[in-house]
Amino acid sequence: MSLATQTFTITRADLVRYAAASGDQNPIHQDESVATSVGLLGVIAHGMYTMALAARAVSTWFPGAEVVSLGCKFTNPVVVPAEGGVEVEVAGEAKEADGLTTVALTVTSGGQKVLGMPKAVLREATLRA
Amino acid sequence: MPVDQSLVGRTFPPTAPRAVTEEQVRDFVTATGGEYDGGPAPATYPFVVAFEAMNAFLEAEQIDLFRIVHGEQRFTYERPVVPGDVLTATLTVASLRQIGGNDIIGITSDITDDSGAVVCTAASTVVHRGADA
Repeated sequence: MSLATQTFTITRADLVRYAAASGDQNPIHQDESVATSVGLLGVIAHGMYTMALAARAVSTWFPGAEVVSLGCKFTNPVVVPAEGGVEVEVAGEAKEADGLTTVALTVTSGGQKVLGMPKAVLREATLRA
Repeated sequence: MPVDQSLVGRTFPPTAPRAVTEEQVRDFVTATGGEYDGGPAPATYPFVVAFEAMNAFLEAEQIDLFRIVHGEQRFTYERPVVPGDVLTATLTVASLRQIGGNDIIGITSDITDDSGAVVCTAASTVVHRGADA
């Protein structure tokens, strides 16, 4: 079953807020000069920020479901421009087996996959009407 | 300088117990553009505690955080985190390999509540970008 694709926008201000809320103050997520000094193309979103958006999409599709497992690889960094923001799209395919719902996600930015094999396994999952 | 191979299998001291408050969870949800109306914390919230353990590990090994990029993350949950939980993370170095001047470090953090029960296991792969890479 295909789930309705959700689109999110990430701004630099979001990354500053997320750094404070999560404790991850790695400067590559806030400071252009540090990011480029380690070979990145610019300030990148915390991988965990993008993963949090994926989890948010899952909980929007299946409100109240218990998450049994959640995983992904961070295959391509999401570069966040100083002005405006960058869009991230989360698509999903859900399958049920043995009382569990497995959601295979596709997370892209600018048409490119940014997470590798993102997947959530849920218990007591009911699709939002 | 490559990360010391003898670290594999080593378990680091548990992080100081962290009380999860509604306010912290709300800040986390708001930062990712959502709205929090009570109840369990989002699925990636336990990383806050796992990150604390990772940071302590990096400091102990004198690895610069700015040279670290997240490669992979996997959570398995025994139950959701809820406000009122008091959580501790205990980190073990699971694997270590060197590729092209970078260290690929596999770490696992068991996140337990104040009864000692495992709430969630967070397995991470992080890439330490060597200075010459």
